Amino acid sequence: MDAFGIYIHWPYCAAKCPYCDFNSHVRREVGEERYLSAVLRELDYYAGLTPGRRVSSIFFGGGTPSLMQPATTARILDAVAGLWPVEPDAEITLEANPSSVEAERFAGYRLAGVNRVSLGVQSLRDDQLRFLGRLHDVAEARRAIAIAHDHFDRVSFDLIYARPNQTPEEWRAELGEALALAAGHLSLYQLTIEPGTAFYKLHEAGKLRVPLGDDAAALYELTQEICEAAGLPAYEISNHARPGEEARHNMLYWRYGEYAGIGPGAHGRIEGPAGRLALSAERDPAAWAAQVERDGHGLVQHDALGRLEQAEEMLLMGLRTSEGISPGRLRARTGYGIPAEAIGPLMQDGLLLAGTPEGRIVATAQGRLVLNALIEDLARHLAPQDRLAAAIEAA
Amino acid sequence: MTASAAAQSPKADALPQSRIRNFSIVAHIDHGKSTLADRLIQICGGLSAREMKAQVLDSMDIERERGITIKAQTVRLDYRARDGLDYQLNLIDTPGHVDFTYEVSRSLAACEGSLLVVDASQGVEAQTLANVYKALDNNHEIVPVLNKIDLPAAEPDRVRQQIEDVIGLDASDAIEISAKSGLGVDEVLEAIVHRLPAPKGDPDGPLKAMLVDSWYDPYLGVVVLVRIVDGKLSKGQRVKMMATGGNYLVDRVGIFRPKSEIRDSLNTGEIGFFTAAIKEVADTRVGDTITDEKRPAAQALPGFKDAQPVVFCGLFPVDSSQFEDLREAMGRLRLNDASFQYEMETSAALGFGFRCGFLGLLHLEIVRERLEREFKIDLITTAPSVVYHLYMTDGTMQEMHNPADMPDPVKIDRIEEPWIKATILVPDEYLGSILKLCEDRRGRQKDLSYAGSRAMVVYELPLNEVVFDFYDRLKSVTSGYASFDYQIIGYEPGDLVKMSILVNAEPVDALSMIVHRNRSQQRGRVMCEKLKELIPRHLFQIPIQAAIGGRIIARETISAMRKDVTAKCYGGDVSRKRKLLDKQKEGKKKMRQFGRVEIPQEAFIAALKMDEN
Repeated sequence: MDAFGIYIHWPYCAAKCPYCDFNSHVRREVGEERYLSAVLRELDYYAGLTPGRRVSSIFFGGGTPSLMQPATTARILDAVAGLWPVEPDAEITLEANPSSVEAERFAGYRLAGVNRVSLGVQSLRDDQLRFLGRLHDVAEARRAIAIAHDHFDRVSFDLIYARPNQTPEEWRAELGEALALAAGHLSLYQLTIEPGTAFYKLHEAGKLRVPLGDDAAALYELTQEICEAAGLPAYEISNHARPGEEARHNMLYWRYGEYAGIGPGAHGRIEGPAGRLALSAERDPAAWAAQVERDGHGLVQHDALGRLEQAEEMLLMGLRTSEGISPGRLRARTGYGIPAEAIGPLMQDGLLLAGTPEGRIVATAQGRLVLNALIEDLARHLAPQDRLAAAIEAA
Repeated sequence: MTASAAAQSPKADALPQSRIRNFSIVAHIDHGKSTLADRLIQICGGLSAREMKAQVLDSMDIERERGITIKAQTVRLDYRARDGLDYQLNLIDTPGHVDFTYEVSRSLAACEGSLLVVDASQGVEAQTLANVYKALDNNHEIVPVLNKIDLPAAEPDRVRQQIEDVIGLDASDAIEISAKSGLGVDEVLEAIVHRLPAPKGDPDGPLKAMLVDSWYDPYLGVVVLVRIVDGKLSKGQRVKMMATGGNYLVDRVGIFRPKSEIRDSLNTGEIGFFTAAIKEVADTRVGDTITDEKRPAAQALPGFKDAQPVVFCGLFPVDSSQFEDLREAMGRLRLNDASFQYEMETSAALGFGFRCGFLGLLHLEIVRERLEREFKIDLITTAPSVVYHLYMTDGTMQEMHNPADMPDPVKIDRIEEPWIKATILVPDEYLGSILKLCEDRRGRQKDLSYAGSRAMVVYELPLNEVVFDFYDRLKSVTSGYASFDYQIIGYEPGDLVKMSILVNAEPVDALSMIVHRNRSQQRGRVMCEKLKELIPRHLFQIPIQAAIGGRIIARETISAMRKDVTAKCYGGDVSRKRKLLDKQKEGKKKMRQFGRVEIPQEAFIAALKMDEN
């Protein structure tokens, strides 16, 4: 049975972080009760689109879903179990802030069925937490990690690096401390300046400089080296795990599996009668809730993806992982493939691995550093491999 | 037509040659030629005040903006002089640009005299000088006119002295005027009547008319501007063009005031136009002699030359889907500009386009600007090239104006390149920079003299060095104060080589050029450095090389891209990332694929716009 995941978006945060461009809001215009009812109705709607699926993972993301009452989490998980069969070992993750208030709710989430938490620690330096606009301090984060370990078998946390003026030595020390705290999983993101954020404005005004080019590359390479030595190699651009501890829900995205997206601004990819559907919901929480109450769903996008678009999405997601892409699966799903003459030179340049099993397309460490350009290059060489794809392309 | 016919002035038509004066105005840009022409038209009643628009004679936007005239235009003025007699004055406004020297000389040949208009504060400029000499070559009487006399900076005595020193003309009776206010313009009209000679053609001889210029009119077809030298040109007459051999039936004859007026005929000494169902401007040649088909003149008028393009370049649409639009636009431009030539060209780098020939660099600029502005086609222009004469070892000679056509060097005995004589007038303080510029461009100094605080420098230069950003450099080293004129003097052997540019070991045809061996290293280095800045980093390292034959003379390397990866990409990001990918693909359409390297269009444009500093 193919994996099927459910993503549930909680759109609220206690404060907006200056680097974050996610769909998060500080003012709660929709109360938790109303949010819950709307989520339950959307689950119903998605269940209608996905008969016969077995749920293998559920992910509460945000926003800050640890602001949610554990009872709400429980109601949602109960509803999922009523609508689909759920695998006995399904991975149920909740993103949480490492504040003391939220840590108090961990027991409740565990009781509700959550079995994995991902903590937004972001840094183990107090001054850096302030710079990143976080509301917790390092001591609080350390306590939250400890409490999480008490309640959950699987705990991950996030750090943001390649911060302004961060030296490789400083990062080596901080990452070392993080690895000592980590169980089997870490997400390590380079700070990127996204449009629409507070950092973006500062950056545009020349008041914020982040490491670029060689400096950023050196920090990335250092991260790979340290994590690998610690037994947590990268299985994706920014994700490190002890083998077997990979986030199954996220792997579903990268393997281009099926998932439902519940909540404001959430995206789904569902196999429909006419092929893969790209679904996404209204971003504004109030408008989303109103639409769900009226229509039974908050979807504003309901597009059937073309075969080439699916092939591009498979490349965009799959090449991020250390397992890469199976050309057989790419071709079976989309009818497209990448000709050997496009792959050969990239292997010679040391950007794609040579001699992989079944000819899998896998980016090397060097290739992953320039993945956007690498994917762009490969996507441009996507060519129809069967007559249907060729006919569609010709039309 | 009836209305125009009613407006005829039989009295003016009946005037004998002794009452006709044909003249042109020689002036530098901005010295007031057009303003004076407007004033003359106004005084003689050619247009009412309401019809007077600033500078009536320059009709195209680009002409007005650049202050240059591309087509010759004429206006007939009826003037009752102080002696009480009526005169017919024909003003020919000559194309005022260095690239149109031949056209200027034909316009001047259609007149007996010129007004030399000099800005009383600026003094004589190089272009004025060149045109005065052309007027003198055509045996013109010249009346010096000092314009802008009412400006505080006017120095009539100094400028009068300068005219005498530099040109060698007696300027003691130069007329002081202000074309803007009208001051002194009456005196100009009197001087035209009394100081310029009347035409002296043979009214009874066979028709002999000089083709001064021609253009395409959407309603009338090709309109031919003529000066009647001998005989008479009438509606219904069958005429022959002596150089092209074309025979035509004249279906319309008229004059400009400056609005067109239909006449039955043009008499000896007059200037006017005719139409004769001529399809293309290319069928008419400036300087050709028009005669009667049945009673032809024994000899054509002297001085006819077939205008040959001297500067060539490739023009390619930035958007390759605009190729057909470009072809159509070029056809439309050529309708009116037969000196502009084009033929299809294919470049590995730039796709389909055209190899185009021009009378000079400014002509090139004008055509390119009109294509971009009037036809809305973005263009890539390849490096301008002159016409080289290749003397082959087998004794033959072939012309080459595209570096891509360079034959195997072992088959070439020698290459000759065109040289020009350049006259540059420049304020004293910039003289050093000008001399350096000319020396850098392989120039040979022929003359250096002073007129007041201005130096006049005469250099012989290879045209190849001039088409390569010489104007831009001249402008920048003299803050725009230098004036420049040139004429082609002939061909000379030169140690010329083809320099190729290789990007990632692949030659890029559009970037190759013919250069003098001594200058090749420098050119190659500059080009490689430029391309290094202009070509974005790729996934791999890219060598950029300049080569002569198999020998690399300059090299730069673009290092591989170091980091370009999105930190976060989960289920909610895939749609956005795919759209970004589409955008990147769209952006790549503006690039030209070269082996594995993508070169942005801007890189070609910028690389070919060379600046050695």
